[in-house]
Amino acid sequence: MTELAVQLGCVAALLAVAVVAAPLSRTPRLATAIIYGATLIVCAVATASALTWLLLHADAAAERVLPIGLPWLGAHLRLDALAAFFLVVINLGGTLASLYALGYGRHEHAPHRVLPFYPAFLAGMNLVVLAADAFSYLLSWEFMSLASWALVMAHHRDASNRRAGYVYLVMASFGTLMLLLAFGLLAGSAGNYDFAAIRAAQHTPYVATLVLILLLLGAGSKAGLVPLHVWLPLAHPAAPSHVSALMSGVMTKVAIYGFIRVVFDLLGTPDWSTSGIVLALGGVTAALGILYALMEKDLKRLLAYSTIENVGIIFVSLGLALAFQTNHQPIPAALAFTAALFHVLNHSLFKSLLFFGAGAVLSVTGERDMDRLGGLIHRMPFTSVVFLIGSVAISALPPFNGFVSEWLIFQAVLQSPQLPQWGLKILVPAVGGLMALAAALAAACFVKAYGVTFLGRPRGAATLAAKEVDRFSLAAMAILAALCLLAGVLPGLVMDALAPIATEILGSRLAPQSGMAWLSIVPIAQSHSSYNGLLVAVFIAVSASLSFGAIRLVSSGAVRRGPAWGCGFTDPVPLAQYSAAGFAQPIRRVFGTLMFRARDHVTMPPPGDIAPARLRIELHDQIWERIYAPLAGGIMAASVRLNRMQLLTIRGYLSLVFVTLVTLLLVLAIWT
Amino acid sequence: MDVIADIAVQGVQMLLVFLLAPLLTGFIRKVKARLQRRRGPSLLQPYRDLIRLLRKEVVLADNASWLFRAVPYVTFAAIWVAAALVPTFATGLLFNWTADLIVIVALLGTARFFLALAGMDIGTSFGGIGSSREVMIAALAEPAMLMIVFCVALVAGSTHLSTVANYIASTAVGLRVSLGLAMIALVIVALAENARIPVDNPSTHLELTMVHEAMILEYSGRHLALIEYGAQLKLLLYVSLIVCLFYPWGIGVFGAGPVAYLAGAALYLFKITIAGFLLAMFETATAKMRVFRVPQFLGAALMLGLLGTLLLFVSKGL
Repeated sequence: MTELAVQLGCVAALLAVAVVAAPLSRTPRLATAIIYGATLIVCAVATASALTWLLLHADAAAERVLPIGLPWLGAHLRLDALAAFFLVVINLGGTLASLYALGYGRHEHAPHRVLPFYPAFLAGMNLVVLAADAFSYLLSWEFMSLASWALVMAHHRDASNRRAGYVYLVMASFGTLMLLLAFGLLAGSAGNYDFAAIRAAQHTPYVATLVLILLLLGAGSKAGLVPLHVWLPLAHPAAPSHVSALMSGVMTKVAIYGFIRVVFDLLGTPDWSTSGIVLALGGVTAALGILYALMEKDLKRLLAYSTIENVGIIFVSLGLALAFQTNHQPIPAALAFTAALFHVLNHSLFKSLLFFGAGAVLSVTGERDMDRLGGLIHRMPFTSVVFLIGSVAISALPPFNGFVSEWLIFQAVLQSPQLPQWGLKILVPAVGGLMALAAALAAACFVKAYGVTFLGRPRGAATLAAKEVDRFSLAAMAILAALCLLAGVLPGLVMDALAPIATEILGSRLAPQSGMAWLSIVPIAQSHSSYNGLLVAVFIAVSASLSFGAIRLVSSGAVRRGPAWGCGFTDPVPLAQYSAAGFAQPIRRVFGTLMFRARDHVTMPPPGDIAPARLRIELHDQIWERIYAPLAGGIMAASVRLNRMQLLTIRGYLSLVFVTLVTLLLVLAIWT
Repeated sequence: MDVIADIAVQGVQMLLVFLLAPLLTGFIRKVKARLQRRRGPSLLQPYRDLIRLLRKEVVLADNASWLFRAVPYVTFAAIWVAAALVPTFATGLLFNWTADLIVIVALLGTARFFLALAGMDIGTSFGGIGSSREVMIAALAEPAMLMIVFCVALVAGSTHLSTVANYIASTAVGLRVSLGLAMIALVIVALAENARIPVDNPSTHLELTMVHEAMILEYSGRHLALIEYGAQLKLLLYVSLIVCLFYPWGIGVFGAGPVAYLAGAALYLFKITIAGFLLAMFETATAKMRVFRVPQFLGAALMLGLLGTLLLFVSKGL
C-alpha cells in the first residue's frame, strides 16, 4: 500500500513544484536549477517506488478513493502491475529529462513558459496511469494534453509553432471526445464510471467492437496512429527538446497504456475481427511513419515521424496479442503482449536519447536542418557516440534493445499459423512483411540522420563553431545509452519483470527466462527459437579484438593522411556532399512515387548562362490532402453557411428551438 | 572435458569459415575466367591479395573520423560471428542457440549499417551514392528475407537453424513446392545482399554503376583487407545458409564423433563447390541491371516467398 501513497505524494509534489515555478521564473537561472532539480528527485523516487512494486508485489493491487471529483464517485486511484510498469516508463523518462534539462534548460530564452508546465505535464501523465475511474481518467488525460499543449506553445512567436499548437489542440480535443464516447458506452445506462464496475459488467460484442474503434481513434490519435498522426510531427519538435523527448518517448506510451487498459483489461474479450483492424492499422502506421521520416530533413521532425513508426510496431504487437487472446491461445498472446511492453520500454529509452542528442546539436549549432550540419563527430565526440548507440538501437540491430523486442514480435508473427481464421492467417504474414520493411527503412533512415548530421564535412558556419554540450546533458544521454545496451544484452531479466503484467491482464505468461542457460531467451519452448544478446555482444567484441590484435601482428600499422580520393574527382565545396534529400532519393523513387507522388524537377540554365541548376522535389502528403484538407474545407464551408443563423429575429430563434425540440422528441419516441 | 571438446568443435567451425571464405571467392573467379576462356588467377589469389593489403600502409582522408577506422573491425566481427553460427558440417554445436535465422540476418544488417555510415564519413559524392543505394537494396531485400524465414519456419516449426536443418534432413519432408519457391527467393536475396551480378558488379570500378564498391571507395590497406574479407565471409555465409536450409543431407549431428564431422565437412565442401560453380555460371550468363530495375528483381523474391507461405497455408504438405 505504501507504494501507492508514495506515487500520490510524488504527483502532489510535482503539482506543488508547478505552482512554485510561476513566481520563481523571474530569476531564470536559479529557477531552472531548482525546478529541474526538484522534478529530478521526485521522479527518481517515483521510479524507484514503481519499480519496487513491479518487482516485489506485482501480483497484488492497491486501491484508494479520494474524496475529490464527482461527489457520488470520488477519485479512484489504483496501482497494479500494468500501472506500475507504465509509471516506471514515465518517471524514468521524467528523471532523465530533468537531468538533461539541468544543462539544456539554461539555453531556454523563455523559461517562464516552460518551467511551470513541465512538472504539471509529468504529474498529468502519472495521474492518467493511476486513475481508476472514467471521470478522473478523462480529467487527467485532458490535464496532460493541455500541459503539453502549453509546452508546445512555449516558443509561440514562431508561426509554425502556433500552427502546430492549433492542430494539436484540435486533434487532442477530438481524441478526448472519442474517449468520452467510449467510456459512455462502457458505463452503459447504469452509469458505472468506476473501472472495477466496468470490468465486472458484461459488454455485448457490438458495444465491445465500437469501444475498441473509439479507443483506436481516441488513444490512437494521441499515440500517432496513421491517419490520425498529423499533429505529432508538428507538435513534438516544436517543444523544447527535453519536452519533445517526453512527448515522443513517454506521452505516446500513456496513450498506449489507455488502449491496453480499456481493450485488454476492461472490455473483456472482443470479437477476433477487431484484432485485424489493429494489426492492419499498426502495420500501415509502421511502414508509412518511417517513409515520412526518410523524406524529412529536419532532425527533430525525422525523430517525431520515427515515433509514429514505433507506435505502429507496438500496435502490431498488441493486435497480435488480441488475435491470440480472442482465439484462446494464451502463450502466443503472452509473447506478443510481452513484446509490445518491451518495445514500449525500448522506445522510451532510445527515443529520449535521440531527442536529447538532437537537442544537444540544436543548442550548440542552433540548427535542426540536417542539410546545414555535418562533421559533428569531430566537434561533439561524446554526443556522437551516444547518438550512434541510439541510432543502432532504434534500427533494431543486435546486440541492442530495439532488436530484442522486434525479434520477439517476429516470433509472435511466426505463431500465426495456429490461428483458425483465414483472414488473420493471411493478414499476419503480410503485416510481418510490412514490419520487416519498416525495420530496414528505419536502418536507412538512421544511416541518413547520423550520416548527414554527424559525418562528412561541415556544411555551414554554425557547425564549425560547435563544441561539446554540458555535463548534465551528457550524463543523461550516457545513462540512456547504457540502459539501451543493458536491456539488449540481458533481455531475459526484462521479460521476467514484464511477466506479472501478462499474468494480470491476459491470465497467462511466458516461461521464466532468467533460468535459461547462459541467459539466453527462449520465448516458446517447443519452437527452440532462441536468442542470446549477451553472447552475441561478447562474440562481436572478442572477434573484433582478435582481428585487431592479429592485424597488429601482421600489418605495418602505418597510417598516412591525405586528401580524399573520390576516384580523383575532388569536390572542394562541402555543399556538394550527399544531402538528406539526396540520400533518400533512391528510396523516394522506389516507394515515394506511389506514397507521396514524389517527383524531382531539375531546372537547367540555358547554354551560356552561368546560373546554377536547380533541383526541386515535389512531395504530396496524401493523407493531409485527401482527408484533412477536404475535411477542413467542409467545416469551413458549413460554418460560412451556418453564419446566417447568427442574424435571426427573436421569432426565428424561438421557432428554431421549437423545431429542434419536436425533432428530438420524435426521435426519442421512434427509438424507444 | 566435454565442454572443452565442445568449444573446440565450435572453434573449428569458426576457423573453417574463416579459412574457406577467400577460397570460395577464388574458386568463383577461376570458374568465371575459364567460362570466359581466360586462364584466370590462381585459386589462392584472394589470400595473397588480402595479405598484400594487410601489409600496405593505410591512406586516410584528412577528415576521416574514428568511426571510419573502427567500422572495418565492427563489420568484420559481426559478419564473422554470423558466419560461424550457420551450421556447416554439423548441427547443434555448442553455441548454436545463440542466434536463430532472424538474428543472423540482423547481424548482417548491423554490418551493413556501419559500412553505410563509413561511406558517409569522408563526405565525397561516391560514398553517399554507394550508401544510399545500399540501404535501398537492403530495404527491398529484408521483407523478402522475412518471407523466406516465414516459409521455412512454417515447414520446420522453428527459426533455429540447427532444428530446421535436422528437420529437413529427416526423410519426412520430401520435395515441397513451397521450399522450392523459398529457395529461389533466397538465391535472389543472396545475389542482392552480396553485391553480385545482376544487382551489382563485384569487379567494377566504373563510377556510376557501382554500389558496394562506391561505398568503400576511400578504404585502403588493412582496412580494405578486412572489408574484402568480410564480403567474402558473407558470400560463404549465404551459400552455407542455402545449403543448410535446403540441402542439409549428410550434415553431422552434434556429438556424432569426428568421423561424422569429417563426412559432413566433405559433403559440405562438395555442396559449396557446386553452389560456387552455379553462381559463376549465372554471373557469366547475365548482365548487370540498372539500379532502378532492382526493385522488380527483389519484388519477385518477395512474391515468391509470399507464394510459398500461402501455399503452406493451403496445405501443410505442399
